[in-house]
Amino acid sequence: MAERIAAAFNGHGKRAALMPYLMGGYPDLESSVAIGEACAAAGADLVELGIPFSDPLADGPVIHAAATAALDAGATVEGVLGVCARLSASIPVVLMVYANVVLVDGAKRFAGRAAAAGADGLIVPDLPVDEAEELRAACDRAGIALVPLVAPNTTPERITEIGAVARGFVYTVSVAGTTGERRGVPPELADTVGRVRGGTALPVAVGFGVSTPEHARAVGGIADGVIVGTRLVRAAGEGGAEKVGEVVASLAESLR
Amino acid sequence: MSAELERRFGPYGGRYVPETLIPTLDELERGWIELREDPSFLDELHGLLRDYAGRPTPLYEAKRLSERVGNRILLKREDLMHTGAHKLNNALGQVLIARRLGKTRIIAETGAGQHGVATATACALFGIECVVYMGAEDIRRQRPNVERMGLLGATVESVEIGARTLKEAVSAAIRDWVASSETTHYVLGSAVGPAPFPVIVRDLQRVIGDEARAQVLDRWGKLPDRVIACVGGGSNAIGTFTPFLEDTDVEIVGVEAAGEGLESGRHGAPLSTGARGILHGSYSAVLQTEEGQILEAHSVSAGLDYPGSGPQLAELRDTGRVRFEAVGDDAAVSAFKEFSQLEGIIPALEPAHAIAWLLENPGAGGSLDLLTLSGRGDKDLAEVLGRG
Ligand SMILES: Cc1ncc(COP(=O)(O)O)c(C=O)c1O
Repeated sequence: MAERIAAAFNGHGKRAALMPYLMGGYPDLESSVAIGEACAAAGADLVELGIPFSDPLADGPVIHAAATAALDAGATVEGVLGVCARLSASIPVVLMVYANVVLVDGAKRFAGRAAAAGADGLIVPDLPVDEAEELRAACDRAGIALVPLVAPNTTPERITEIGAVARGFVYTVSVAGTTGERRGVPPELADTVGRVRGGTALPVAVGFGVSTPEHARAVGGIADGVIVGTRLVRAAGEGGAEKVGEVVASLAESLR
Repeated sequence: MSAELERRFGPYGGRYVPETLIPTLDELERGWIELREDPSFLDELHGLLRDYAGRPTPLYEAKRLSERVGNRILLKREDLMHTGAHKLNNALGQVLIARRLGKTRIIAETGAGQHGVATATACALFGIECVVYMGAEDIRRQRPNVERMGLLGATVESVEIGARTLKEAVSAAIRDWVASSETTHYVLGSAVGPAPFPVIVRDLQRVIGDEARAQVLDRWGKLPDRVIACVGGGSNAIGTFTPFLEDTDVEIVGVEAAGEGLESGRHGAPLSTGARGILHGSYSAVLQTEEGQILEAHSVSAGLDYPGSGPQLAELRDTGRVRFEAVGDDAAVSAFKEFSQLEGIIPALEPAHAIAWLLENPGAGGSLDLLTLSGRGDKDLAEVLGRG
């Protein structure tokens, strides 16, 4: 639960916690369990497990295609929660899910199902703080953290507002844009993270565009957690659990 | 007018978007609150609508159609506006807003191509860079509009995802905007999307209904018994309906696309059938699975081929103020042909759905019906003739 998230940020022995993202059910449910376990074995401290959605507005082409492939391969919410249940035995899991999938189920019921599957938290990239009250209350009751996002252009007043209701950690988006590999770490990232720290005492993790060990090392010097998504989803497509394990190991190494 | 814009219509609406877009939506909302009461902005907009776009559009009594149905039918002739559809009302307004907000690049989505052409036109008028996202399937079936956008200097980006129609074009435009909103304005083409878009598009399209209401009172001395419009995302419908909402004796009907039939699952009629869900940033009527995956819509008409609808229309459905009906591909195509020969006007396939509904639902004989002819059908010739 929320304590497991706090522990992931404390006990890692690296510059920052390493937080891989994987798409649940991609390329299929069984493989995504193996991929998550490979992450844990290679030095990850927490995994973000995506529930595939047909119209993921915050995602670039690689993760969108993985979601489509997962749905085509028959992934369901129940199926991905099954992956969550198995992974959460060995590593904290935060579910990444779009708002419609949550609201169709009902905030309360969804939070309950996520908690029952051992999830420690929930990230909903298209549910800004103003729309999130009901889900936040439901997550609090279910004992899981509703992790909010902050963007580089979020105003200081809004950062304070978000920080006041944040749970677990604050997910800071490194650049304006969708998920995807990028060439470098934006020069203004330290400023952005500094502003976020001004609004919260929780750990700050950075994601979107972190693709290489060099990026991870740079971000790890600024933030408490490093989130790597597209690079690993691509690795999952190219070489499954083995390839993902290799990439995670090199990322973990760069943070030591 | 109040100093706030509606973000919700009953339970519908909202802003279900990535956090990165929130500052931009806030800026747009503040901008519209000011501009919609700013005399210099309104003068510029109304001047362009009059001298450039050709407003007011006529309200025309369709004599032979009236005879055929047994009613008096008045057509609001949006097909006569520059670029051939109502879409320019919104595109001109939003490009003016973008200029006032200091944006230097415009993006848009398009289904039938009419909104893309309207946006490309407004951008050409002001010499602004314009990128239009369009599904590959729509590029195929609305070829003339693709050529027009090119001539107008816009770049058409083909979207190859999913069913390669309007839903994916909107998603592609939103993804562009998440990365570009500091310099770019997204001219959303219908009364959908996150707040404040449903309000901005409604406010810019209500000129249809405002003019029509004044024209019918002036010439016929009374309000119509029924007001009818086709519904894709709902911009020509909400624009037509808004001034009549308080006229409780006026019956209001929105006509959606039943595609191959509501039972077939291949249709574009979320208001007639759909569950509630979130699509493209707002909570409204949406075609979706039990797990909340958005379904593909289907319609012979690219402009109605969309699995969502405007949040205000969803509320008006729930309150019973607007009734929604659905008309299938075959009936729309046959109305397209029949109407062309009855009135010497080739309608777009979208309003052909509304005409088809009227042909089948004369109501109480002798009623006075007002129907918005949202656009002309030149763009649809290949699609209709290709069906034999
Ligand atoms: C002529 C015409 N009518 C209607 C529509 C449907 O859009 P809306 O429901 O927003 O009016 C379109 C969309 O492309 C159109 O071109």
